Amino acid sequence: MEKFVSIENVGQTFDTRKGRFVALRDVNLNIARGEFIALIGHSGCGKSTLLNLIAGLTRPTAGVLLCDGREIAGPGPERAVVFQNHSLLPWLTCHENILLAVERVFGARERKAELRDRTLAALELVGLTHAGQKYPSEISGGMKQRVGIARALSMQPKVLLMDEPFGALDALTRARLQDELMKICAATKATTVMVTHDVDEAVLLADRIVMMTNGPAATIGEILAVELERPRNRLELAHDSRYAAYRAAVLEFLYEKQASHPVAA
Amino acid sequence: MTATTLDATTDAPTKIAAVAREPEGLRMAMPRPLPDAAGAATTLAAGSAPPPASTALPATTDAAVPAATAAGKRSGRLDAVLRSVLPPLLGFALFIGIWHLATQSASGLPGPVQTWEAATALFADPFYRNGPNDQGIGWNVLSSLQRVGIGFGFAALVGIPLGFIVGRFSFMNDMVNPLISLLRPVSPLAWLPIGLLVFKKADPAATWTIFICSIWPMIINTAVGVQRVPQDYLNVARVLALSEWKIVTRILFPAVLPYMLTGIRLSIGTAWLVIVAAEMLTGGVGIGFWVWDEWNNLKVEHIIIAIFVIGIVGLLLEQSLIALARRCSHEST
Ligand SMILES: Nc1ncnc2c1ncn2[C@@H]1O[C@H](COP(=O)(O)OP(=O)(O)OP(=O)(O)O)[C@@H](O)[C@H]1O
Ligand SMILES: [Mg+2]
Repeated sequence: MEKFVSIENVGQTFDTRKGRFVALRDVNLNIARGEFIALIGHSGCGKSTLLNLIAGLTRPTAGVLLCDGREIAGPGPERAVVFQNHSLLPWLTCHENILLAVERVFGARERKAELRDRTLAALELVGLTHAGQKYPSEISGGMKQRVGIARALSMQPKVLLMDEPFGALDALTRARLQDELMKICAATKATTVMVTHDVDEAVLLADRIVMMTNGPAATIGEILAVELERPRNRLELAHDSRYAAYRAAVLEFLYEKQASHPVAA
Repeated sequence: MTATTLDATTDAPTKIAAVAREPEGLRMAMPRPLPDAAGAATTLAAGSAPPPASTALPATTDAAVPAATAAGKRSGRLDAVLRSVLPPLLGFALFIGIWHLATQSASGLPGPVQTWEAATALFADPFYRNGPNDQGIGWNVLSSLQRVGIGFGFAALVGIPLGFIVGRFSFMNDMVNPLISLLRPVSPLAWLPIGLLVFKKADPAATWTIFICSIWPMIINTAVGVQRVPQDYLNVARVLALSEWKIVTRILFPAVLPYMLTGIRLSIGTAWLVIVAAEMLTGGVGIGFWVWDEWNNLKVEHIIIAIFVIGIVGLLLEQSLIALARRCSHEST
């Protein structure tokens, strides 16, 4: 298999007041170009830690991470992150928040008007054309999350990293955003890693579901390839026996094999 | 920005609160500087005339509302207005009453009536000029404000960039912090002789004390603000790999602005306190000098008027800075 992102023998330890804490140990994973990976596991197992490593926001204490053949030495716009809490800058409008990213990536090559068009296109992609001039405090949680996604997508990243992007949303908004995300990923063919708690979300969106064992010293327990053809439709899948089987497999991993986790922090 | 908005003022209780808050800032334990400080100031302001006056306005303009329910609504509104106007009015009445009684019996203290009469005479012509040592109270207040403005402006020019540097680089923080801790508690007036020695003239020496007393809160609050920029925002900057210039202008500056304005408010409050004392020592034109001069002329009414003027100017400065801070504060998401 083609290795676009590869994670080789990666370990992460943190120095805490109580001594060393081994968060991750011996994590190995290869991700193909255009693949959608869902990262699932119990709370506190180290999903965010792994995602931050791929983003380059933290460096591994053991092993190495590669992206497109080069070592990941730090964060950069080719690996865009949708943060768990959207992290929009409150003093910039939605338009300006996205423009900041667009300027950084394309500012050297393109003129003002082109940058503006890219920003507007990103807003349109997530259905927020009307909210461009609003500040983050003036829009709903779901809208903020969509602006965060638009900001990441506007950078045309090689890799899209998302940390529970829909975690704080109500079920209806989440379903709509999942559908939008599927369309966007199909259109842009972005390589995506998404952290999630939600089994249905993982099965619906992912090409492969990476299931992590409980920490400390968490690692990848199982990898489940979801061979459901795209485009996927949530209503049709609800009656699909394969869907139910995938779902059951993930649930079994989480609640039988990894059941003895310390109560979610 | 005019000199008026730059100059700060507080009356005694706020000053104490401000001074008490500063060391917290240094220890980086200050919770949310803006709401907390603003809260303290607004409770204080409730005791003064302007806010009740503004709340009274809507009640009268809405009086045209028709229908029977309007009566009930109006009485409710009236109730609220009364509740907000009555206590401060009572407070003032009580104060004037006690003042009146206290000055009835003896002592050379002028009573409220005498002071009022002196004030009307004084404010009939606040901007007259009879030579350098005899000018209207308006000129005196303005020249004090000017001094505060200049000293304060220099302090901002030096203190805010320094605060950014101290906040961003922990080495600088460790280097400068002990020095600030040592110098900050020193009364700015102790620096006045140094100013006289260096500048050879009274006027820049007074400005120099303002500079000294304004600069500490400015450095400290800016530095704390920089250290408190949420990691989330810095992570955004790192993922976008923004240039240091963009990080400062797009992320650090807006994130630190509320803290900086708190620093400005604290230092301007102190500056307005200090200028009165400094001018008493240096002479010239200025409200502090004017107080001293009137003491020498034994015009005690004028001293009492000066006390009110200093208080009101201080209050106005504080309130305008709070209003400015409120406009600049972005709601956190
Ligand atoms: N900077 C750090 N210092 C010390 N320990 C840390 C640090 N970051 C994470 N940890 C620990 O590493 C473990 C994994 O944390 P992580 O945030 O990756 O979990 P998670 O799987 O993302 O959890 P959740 O689903 O609740 O977000 C936790 O036990 C956490 O306490
Ligand atoms: Mg997490």
